[in-house]
Amino acid sequence: MTAGHRAPAPAGPAIEVDGLVKRYGGRAVLEGVSLRVARGELVALLGPNGAGKTTTVEVVEGYRRADGGSVRVLGLDPATGGPALRARVGLMLQGGGGVDPRLTAAEALRLFARFHVPARDPAELLEVVGLGVVAGTPYRRLSGGERQRLAFALALVGLPDLLVLDEPTAGMDPAARASTRALIRSLCDEGAAVLLTTHDIGDVERVADRVAILDRGRIVTDGPPSAVAGEAVPVIRIRFAGAAPLAELATWAAARLPEARLEGDPGDRSTLTIAGAAPTPELVRELAALAAERGILVAELRTAGGSLEERYLELTGDRDVERSA
Amino acid sequence: MTRPAPAIRSLAALIWIELLLTTRRAENLLVTIVIPAAVLTFFASTALLPIPGRAVDVLLPGSIALGIVATGMVGLGIATGYERSYGVLKRLGGAPIPRWTVLAAKMAAVGVVEALQVGLLVGVAAGAFGWRPGPAPIPLVALAGIVLGTVAFAGLGLAMAGALRAEATLAVANGLFIATLLVGGIVLPVDHLADPLRSVVALLPSAPLAEALGIGFGSGPAAGRDAGGPLALLAAWAAGAAALALRAFRWE
Repeated sequence: MTAGHRAPAPAGPAIEVDGLVKRYGGRAVLEGVSLRVARGELVALLGPNGAGKTTTVEVVEGYRRADGGSVRVLGLDPATGGPALRARVGLMLQGGGGVDPRLTAAEALRLFARFHVPARDPAELLEVVGLGVVAGTPYRRLSGGERQRLAFALALVGLPDLLVLDEPTAGMDPAARASTRALIRSLCDEGAAVLLTTHDIGDVERVADRVAILDRGRIVTDGPPSAVAGEAVPVIRIRFAGAAPLAELATWAAARLPEARLEGDPGDRSTLTIAGAAPTPELVRELAALAAERGILVAELRTAGGSLEERYLELTGDRDVERSA
Repeated sequence: MTRPAPAIRSLAALIWIELLLTTRRAENLLVTIVIPAAVLTFFASTALLPIPGRAVDVLLPGSIALGIVATGMVGLGIATGYERSYGVLKRLGGAPIPRWTVLAAKMAAVGVVEALQVGLLVGVAAGAFGWRPGPAPIPLVALAGIVLGTVAFAGLGLAMAGALRAEATLAVANGLFIATLLVGGIVLPVDHLADPLRSVVALLPSAPLAEALGIGFGSGPAAGRDAGGPLALLAAWAAGAAALALRAFRWE
């Protein structure tokens, strides 16, 4: 797809959120969220369920009003930007949706194309998102992944300068997920700004220029995925086939890794985590030897460090995060 | 830079979709088109109604009023309630269209269905039961009744769609429809009900709507009555229901 129509992007970021506060009935859902998305930049907002991702994007989309802080979208206030602003923002609601079950995919897309000048050709766009064969199928008969792709097409049909996508790849099969990511990336490379929320590390690693991790209403880190991954504390996690030889390990670690921390697992006497020491082949060999000398089998040994997933886990404690191919 | 389409173009596209969806809501067409025609045909073919004169003179305005209740309150209310629960309204709220176009498109579709209803019901009444307007019909009174009645019942339907869950809207709208059919001054003129039911029903919008239509057609027992009372009552309902709808309506 081309974006030849797009005028040179005016200066200023596409999204500028500063100190955003949002409360629902006295309960603060967002407690001072700050976020910037430059033009042509793809920012992923990653966080556990209930962290406030959807609330953040819905303020950006103009669905919710901020209780505090400032929000500018393409230089305008999204709550009062009106149709002129909405024409430039392509959005995808969480769970896709928003289409009458009795309308076909083509009818829904043609309707939204009529709202924009200019607009992409609906038939062509259906092919691009892989819905050409189900163009005449009523929405209620589309699969979950097809509904997601239709919602994605609705976001693209108006040639937006900014895409705000709430969990765009959720529910898609691996092929659709890969092609959706590629399409998002190419739109971004053509100059569109993208803010997407996700619960999938794969989305972040494969397409994002920057990742902001949101936890309990606060941005806990923000930067390029590789830089955020680099903040992760290196760990060696070891599980023995029996109780861990804690005393011996403590003596060994005190001599060998004075900077590291040993953490037992309260619910599991056989598991131990050594945090703060970069795993090396030599350390792994020594640990295995120490166990062998005591006749204990190492059931599992895992080293980690510098991965985005580890860093995410450290910051949020969220073990339900997805990691798709 | 991409711009919103002119509002009139968006409105035309929305009206087209509303009409398309109307034809696909079969259960809705049963309530809006079939039931009023069936009520007219059944009661005009039998001598069940204890009313003097030709029953069709009472039944035609009554069945048109029933059709307006069905299209505005039942059809529009239920469809809008489900659209809200499906996120359709929320998604449209994110589109570059003025919000009034969404409601205007719904009202336009209601108007088209009502035109078909009136045509069908007048056709059945005239063709099968020999109905003719009276010697001095006042078409403007009938038209005012239809417009005010439509606003009143569509307002009630939209208010329900905004305030209740879709399933509750479905139940309440259908319940009110049955109640209107039985005691709303539709089949049986209000004069035939006993007090205190009579006094209550006389204040509800369906009875003055049927009466305004009867006055407008100039036939049957309503002919020659003063239209001021029923139209004023309907106007009050229309204003109240519209205000309620504006307060209760939700996009998500």
